[in-house]
Amino acid sequence: MRYIPITCEQREAMLRAVGVSAIDELFDAVPDAVRLKRPLALPGPLTEIELSRHLASLAGHNAPATGLVCLAGAGCYDHYIPSVVDHVARRPEFFTAYTPYQPEVSQGTLQAIYEFQSMVCELTGMDVANASMYDGATAFAEAALMACRVTKRSKVLCAVSVHPAWRATLATYAAAASVEVVTSPAEETTGVSIVPGSSTLESLLAGDDVAAVLVQSPNVLGCIEDVAAAAAAAHAHGALAVVAADPVLLGVLEAPGELGADIVVGEGQPLGNAMSFGGPGLGLFACREEFVRQMPGRLAGRTVDVDGAPAFVLTLSTREQHIRREKATSNICSNHGLNALVAGVYLAAVGRSGLQSIARDAVQKACYLKGRLIETGRFAPVTSAPYAREFALRYDGDVERMRSEMLERGYLAGVGLAELCAGSGRPAVLSDQDSVVLFAVTEKRTREELDAFVREVSSL
Amino acid sequence: MSAPAEHPAAANSDAAAHRPARGPRELIFELGAEESRCVEAPAPEGEWEPLEALLGDALRKTPPALPNVSELEIMRHYGHLAEMNFGVDSGMYPLGSCTMKYNPRINEDACRLDGFAGAHPHQPAASVQGLLELMWELQEALGEISGLPGVTLQPAAGAHGELTALMCFRAYHLDQGDVRKRVLIPDSAHGTNPATVSMCGYEAETIPSGSDGGVDMEALRAALAQDVAAVMLTNPNTLGLFEASILDITEAAQAVGALVYCDGANMNAVLGISRPGDMGFDALHFNLHKTFSTPHGGGGPGAGPVCVTEKLASYLPGPVVVRDGDAYAGRMPERSIGRVRTFWGNVGVLVRAYAYIRALGAEGLREVSEQAVLSANYLRQRLSGLFDCPFCRMCMHEFVLSGAAMRKEHGVRTLDIAKRLLDHGFHPPTVYFPLIVEESMMIEPTETEPLSALDAFVDAMISIAEEIRTDPEIVKNAPYTTPVRRLDEARAARTPDLRWRPDPGGLSADG
Repeated sequence: MRYIPITCEQREAMLRAVGVSAIDELFDAVPDAVRLKRPLALPGPLTEIELSRHLASLAGHNAPATGLVCLAGAGCYDHYIPSVVDHVARRPEFFTAYTPYQPEVSQGTLQAIYEFQSMVCELTGMDVANASMYDGATAFAEAALMACRVTKRSKVLCAVSVHPAWRATLATYAAAASVEVVTSPAEETTGVSIVPGSSTLESLLAGDDVAAVLVQSPNVLGCIEDVAAAAAAAHAHGALAVVAADPVLLGVLEAPGELGADIVVGEGQPLGNAMSFGGPGLGLFACREEFVRQMPGRLAGRTVDVDGAPAFVLTLSTREQHIRREKATSNICSNHGLNALVAGVYLAAVGRSGLQSIARDAVQKACYLKGRLIETGRFAPVTSAPYAREFALRYDGDVERMRSEMLERGYLAGVGLAELCAGSGRPAVLSDQDSVVLFAVTEKRTREELDAFVREVSSL
Repeated sequence: MSAPAEHPAAANSDAAAHRPARGPRELIFELGAEESRCVEAPAPEGEWEPLEALLGDALRKTPPALPNVSELEIMRHYGHLAEMNFGVDSGMYPLGSCTMKYNPRINEDACRLDGFAGAHPHQPAASVQGLLELMWELQEALGEISGLPGVTLQPAAGAHGELTALMCFRAYHLDQGDVRKRVLIPDSAHGTNPATVSMCGYEAETIPSGSDGGVDMEALRAALAQDVAAVMLTNPNTLGLFEASILDITEAAQAVGALVYCDGANMNAVLGISRPGDMGFDALHFNLHKTFSTPHGGGGPGAGPVCVTEKLASYLPGPVVVRDGDAYAGRMPERSIGRVRTFWGNVGVLVRAYAYIRALGAEGLREVSEQAVLSANYLRQRLSGLFDCPFCRMCMHEFVLSGAAMRKEHGVRTLDIAKRLLDHGFHPPTVYFPLIVEESMMIEPTETEPLSALDAFVDAMISIAEEIRTDPEIVKNAPYTTPVRRLDEARAARTPDLRWRPDPGGLSADG
């Protein structure tokens, strides 16, 4: 049988050693009433060649974004992945290992995590980062719960301009934990939620009962929020500032830590991880040192072994559920280790100036595309605030029809804002968002591709 | 006598010969030079708007201090790190409750096919029919294997699945106008169970195990009342024993309106043999990275799909995949708790698990469990004379030994035995869990280990038991052959060093 190396003869010998005559006797403890008396109704087994053919056929029934000119983002981005990244990720010593509970034989995983944590700190401008979480949305929700623990309050203020699926995830976690989520509106003309000196934000914070102000920058419309103003407002009322950031754009955007953020979260997919239909990516989670013991997730630290050799180990585990059980900071007991490894290799491969130029390219090309699309007369600006690699435009026709017609011409033409919000069951970002499209541009796009897209879309 | 660092105790000369260069190497930040590059950024095509004009105040003043290294330096660095790691491909990994089975390579190829790996989560459904079909088929297969027909593929890990299931329970109770407070959990449960309960605003209450290692029925009945929201069980339990009175347990819980949750960590024991749905469970999470052979990745990504009864299906988080004729699409269930993550699930992991299920089919999956249980019993039979085996009867896919007597008589702890196993080229079993067995060692060989590996593991344990009797210091100071030796964990926690920091002033603004 596939993947089982034991021979029939060996199986017989093992049964004799155990003292039974047939396999069935091993299951005597399973009461008859709960025994399955028929084979599972599953398709028959496939040989490797059949399986390979079947999978290729299923894969062939997709027109993946990487084979198109991808202008879709909304939380998942088509950046170039350097060749070395997957060559490292395919080392079996990394991907066939478990969580590094036995540090003596897990130094590879542990050192890679330590380096990853250091890189996330550098990107975000924070003191400490954990070993990663499931994705951006869960990191965001966990940050809200952590802020409640730190401040001993049970209400959070979330900007409506945060990605709707992240807000939806926050709502799910908050409902279970009986945390109240208040949503602060976005300014329709600029596209941002945080307006310095705004009376709305002040009035929502006035009760001094908010644990955190949660903001994303760039937000779902691509606009850069005033993180410093959000942090100042939060701090004035005893709340923490939780900032969701994009790790690639941090190559050119000011680190949230420099702007007063207390917790920074993000989706790490753009750091060398395949889009893979949206998962697995990884959640980035970093905070100020004073809050480290309230932080969810795994942490690797540097220490020494009995011979005094430098070595790495999982640490501060008294926060965790195998010690604290119901008093743990979170139920999370893993990370996305392989994705974090990938993110680390990616950042090493592109390097300091590389990340900067990737981010710069994306921002400049996004600006170019936005201008060209507006020139066609078919698209109108929605927001006026500065933006990075993503922007929102109003289309003068049916967004989903445009997307499907452009798909046939080889383009993934953005993401409809209405569809993005509808799928998440959260309040709308803008009052009239039915014809709004979000376009994202990465360094992979060439001027030629962008020009061709503009030509094609305006000819519809 | 004490064992010096260079004690000639490398028990297994093969392991010693393969011992990599000692200790960690430099951090990646300490490699390369200012001008070192792995990939070059493409030259800008023509003129673009200057960044300063576009970003204004938001422009970063100091670039992040990332490494600057060449391609060869990257490959050597991570190559060296890999050599300091132990994975399933390195040797037997009998880590109880973790199901460290072989990760088939075709699954690794499958998830990297462009048609899967290159898909964007917001593509029009018409352009991802192959992916949606795969996900729908996987939902169907997991529903059939568990006997629980409502399936969501959303959760990213087992603990995330637990949380998802409990959130669905909570929403269901609230819909019935039923505010409940307590969740009952046996003392043999995984630590994530009580942590999950508290994240859902419930109180966890521990139910003791009976003398047979199963749930103490009397204690359970006494604790059950109208304010109990759920009972969380692992079956087979963490002692590797099937709950003989499982139907009584689920019936008693349901009699007071509580829902019963099955932690699916141990499903590798019962594929095609017994289904949680038929045992009376209302919900189950699968660990695709355990039961269905997707790699553990050094701590993830896994996937923790949740399967529930019909009456709970409309509460599942979405999108779930539905089929309408020949077309597949995503949909939020009617009374969904909402989202538990950004997109569709850990799709790369789902592709691998689907490939595994298709490779094996019904008969193959049943053989997996049969061999997993046979291999565990074979080891139990061969080791139980050597170490205490507190619940020594026919086990499922794993069993628990106790090192309590060894500790008492020779001062050698289970931790020492675990470390000594490293010198023999084995990953140790899970130790000090479950909590109800003193000095426990939880051993799960899985079906993919050859008999020669099982026998070699027994030989290693025999040799360690002998050392404990004759020269316990050897064991107490192990390991000797690993890249680093025992770590100063107290120092790590007392003076946390959680990151590298750049030399101040060592960076210029243009990198």
